[in-house]
Amino acid sequence: MTLSPLARRVLAGLTFGVLALIYLPLLVVVANSVNPSQSMTWPPDGLTFEWWRRAAHSEGAREALVTSLQVAAVATALALLLGTLLALALQRYSFFGKNAVNLLVILPIALPGVVTGIALNNGFKGILGVDLALWTIVVAHATFCIVTVFNNVQARLRRMGTSLEEASADLGAGVLTTFRLVTLPQLRSALLAGGMLAFALSFDEIIVTTFTAGNGATTLPIWILNNMFRPNQAPVVNVVAVVLIVFSIIPVWLAQRLSSDVEGVR
Amino acid sequence: MKNTLRRGRVAAACLTLLSVSVLSACGSSDDDKKTEAVEKLGKTEGKVSILAWPGYVEDGSNDPAVDWVSAFEKDTGCEVTSKSYGTSDEAFNLAKSGEYDVIAASGDLSLRLVASKEAQAINTDLVPNYANVYDFLKNTEWNTVDGKNYGVPHGYGANLLMFNKKNFAEAPTSWSAVFDKAQLEKNKGKVTAYDSPIYIADAALYLMKTQPELKIENPYALDQDQLDAAVALLKEQRKYVGEYWSDYLKEIQAFETGDSVVGTTWQVIKNNIKNKDVDVTLPTEGATAWNDTWMLSSQAKNPNCAYKWMDYILSPEANAQATEYFGEAPNSPEACTKTADPKHCDTFHAGDQEYAKQLWFWRTPVKDCLDGRTDVECTDYAQWTEAWTEIKG
Amino acid sequence: MSATSADTRPGRTTDPALRGPVARPGSRLLHRMVWLRLTLLLSAPLAWMLLVYVVALAALLITSLWSVDSLTSEIDRTWTLDNFRTLLENDVYRKVTVRTLGVAVAVTLIDVAIALPIAFYMAKVASPRVRRMLVVAVLTPLWASYLVKVFSWRVVLSEGGLADWTGLGSPGYGLTAVVITQAYIWLPYVILPIFASLERVPDSLLEAAGDLGAPSGFVLRTVVFPLLVPGIVAGAIFSFSLTMGDYITVNIVGGANQMLGNLVYINAGAANNLPLAAAIAMIPIVVMLVLLTAIRRTGALDNL
Repeated sequence: MTLSPLARRVLAGLTFGVLALIYLPLLVVVANSVNPSQSMTWPPDGLTFEWWRRAAHSEGAREALVTSLQVAAVATALALLLGTLLALALQRYSFFGKNAVNLLVILPIALPGVVTGIALNNGFKGILGVDLALWTIVVAHATFCIVTVFNNVQARLRRMGTSLEEASADLGAGVLTTFRLVTLPQLRSALLAGGMLAFALSFDEIIVTTFTAGNGATTLPIWILNNMFRPNQAPVVNVVAVVLIVFSIIPVWLAQRLSSDVEGVR
Repeated sequence: MKNTLRRGRVAAACLTLLSVSVLSACGSSDDDKKTEAVEKLGKTEGKVSILAWPGYVEDGSNDPAVDWVSAFEKDTGCEVTSKSYGTSDEAFNLAKSGEYDVIAASGDLSLRLVASKEAQAINTDLVPNYANVYDFLKNTEWNTVDGKNYGVPHGYGANLLMFNKKNFAEAPTSWSAVFDKAQLEKNKGKVTAYDSPIYIADAALYLMKTQPELKIENPYALDQDQLDAAVALLKEQRKYVGEYWSDYLKEIQAFETGDSVVGTTWQVIKNNIKNKDVDVTLPTEGATAWNDTWMLSSQAKNPNCAYKWMDYILSPEANAQATEYFGEAPNSPEACTKTADPKHCDTFHAGDQEYAKQLWFWRTPVKDCLDGRTDVECTDYAQWTEAWTEIKG
Repeated sequence: MSATSADTRPGRTTDPALRGPVARPGSRLLHRMVWLRLTLLLSAPLAWMLLVYVVALAALLITSLWSVDSLTSEIDRTWTLDNFRTLLENDVYRKVTVRTLGVAVAVTLIDVAIALPIAFYMAKVASPRVRRMLVVAVLTPLWASYLVKVFSWRVVLSEGGLADWTGLGSPGYGLTAVVITQAYIWLPYVILPIFASLERVPDSLLEAAGDLGAPSGFVLRTVVFPLLVPGIVAGAIFSFSLTMGDYITVNIVGGANQMLGNLVYINAGAANNLPLAAAIAMIPIVVMLVLLTAIRRTGALDNL
């Protein structure tokens, strides 16, 4: 199919236009991080690095960042494990109830966060009778992160077909050996993509988190929520956001590089 | 067909199993709840868990200069963990979990905690700094039930009327600025109000002064007819409301930019607004207000450290720091001498009896009318909440 | 679900273990191995989903049939349909439901409409290098905190804010602002799956269609679009459900409006009426289940 040069130009214009729009509010965040006005009104009335200085000394933000990274890492690891198992089961076998299982995986992300939130909150406190803590956040996050890994791995498995695995089996390799040497390497980029999305989802989740966070369990979004509502802290939150955006470019870019290198064959 | 059948049966089995486990497993037992006051203190437990409004328990992690928790930890050896909440209602739910030893509660929360047996009476003799506290904050209806004290006062403030002078030929002196149709019309879409069922009391207070035939004696004791009148007033007001606020950054922003030009506010919000046209007043009808108290959980795992905290936060130094940071009146004349800004107590009318007399401090509406009426049943907080949902529409 | 071997049929994809030319000792053992392997694969994730999620959801359903004693504010465990009656009889809930669905549909339509051309450009027009850059550019905003982004929109849309300032004019706080903000927040989640499914369409397929003389529009409609449906569906489910469950954005830029999420949040937290909150939560649950089943009928979910 050949697109006319005009169509290409229109598409390019549209894409970059929308991207510019996407970055506009982020620019506002940057502007507000150096805006002396505590209530972040537009246009900024000057330039100050006071908030950056304060953010650099904010122990709370640092601790919350570490907590969030931990939660996201563990939740992602769990999701990778469970999601891959599920994808293998659903893509390579057919069994009774397969459709139901398929639906079940999608459910935690398809149902609104506030529903998942109160359900889990009620589940932890009412049924299990446990105190909310940090691990309850991890469990909740892992539950809705499974689907991103599952989706990516399942799609890859379908595209992969089974011929290589069959060849491996024909050559006498055991099930585990085949998985380790044949299936897993082919899944690498899918796992990377799914894991990245899971990590991002967990890292920035606030709604389910508020319902499952225990006393003292402060993830970055909770810290932000708490601090957004103190006038003398809100600009510091902007600084944290700017730092996050800047640093996130590295892992995103690396992951993108890695996955497209693997995918080379098109 | 067979599949569906089997699936149905499995689901049914699951549900049955589940409901049994739910029925048996949940429900908090009242056994671990201790509502009686202690006689004397024991050894401190080394830690204490606190639930409070944002800005009440600052350990320097948000701003190194704002820290009164570290000193407490050093003095008593009680390590503090804290959680902050956004609304009294959220706090109620958190408090019920039993994970917190001490709770900073406004008047719209305190009685609910007492009624649901979540609060333990406090032996004020074990809180030496209680002696400093203004008398008019002691033994009030929102911290004392049946002669037993359930909360030691922290700080207080009024829900004032804030307005942008540019939008008013004359500075308003009455709540009619937000309730009277003719006046609302001028500021359509730029009116704001506090986003909580307790705001119904503001409407009731206005009705109490303007419609005597409703016979409202206390804005927190409304029978069904009186509540209906307040709800009708608020539904009318809703048409002119631009947004409801519950966090103060939102309100500060809205008044700075001009998105809101009139509505309820707290003094601290006004202090943070740089726009010179924005002013604040205590209307002639008086105003609703809050007085926060420190309460002890009936499920407290660390009661001794909790007592230490209550005494510490009531001390003039800590109380001055905390109330000044949050932006409210401190609880004692001694605390007023310790504020960083020597004018703080004047700005917030701390200890001003005349001012305090015009305030109706937040209380939890309950079925037994708070104004002493026995011939009717009053509406309770659950009904207010339902009404609030309807008002917002 | 896979407990009995009778239910287990060898996979529709031929199972490698069943295929070796070298006869392994007894096909029966192998046969058993299949369900054994399946059980091993399924047990952990299934146990997790059932124990953590299904139990919690079912408990929520049960809770919605209880009520709260207004005096003690303890949950009264007598079965009652009162909560659902409240939902039906009270106008507020219908109004809020309609409002919420309207916003969710608007957000979804806007996001899909914006995402389609962008994803197409990224996957099929841009050079590999530009493509990589674009993916990074789309993914990066995901890392700026959700709350910070929403507040930033509050600044943009305020009176005299950026939107006014640039002369575009602002709709002010209200439902329009909610739609704009939510569409903005969830856009990357819609672009990505569509992009992924487009990437899977081999270039050769498009070229073949072109070589056979099919006009671009025709190719797009008949070849590309059907292949995109799963991606679109995935993105749409994301944006629809995320919007439907949100209560923070509407608080910040929604003016005086409330959505279903607010009602659930208020009743679960504020009003301490978990049964009513659970009943309200059934509205989005039912909506999503109906939607998912409808989509399943079309077969799009199988390729999700």
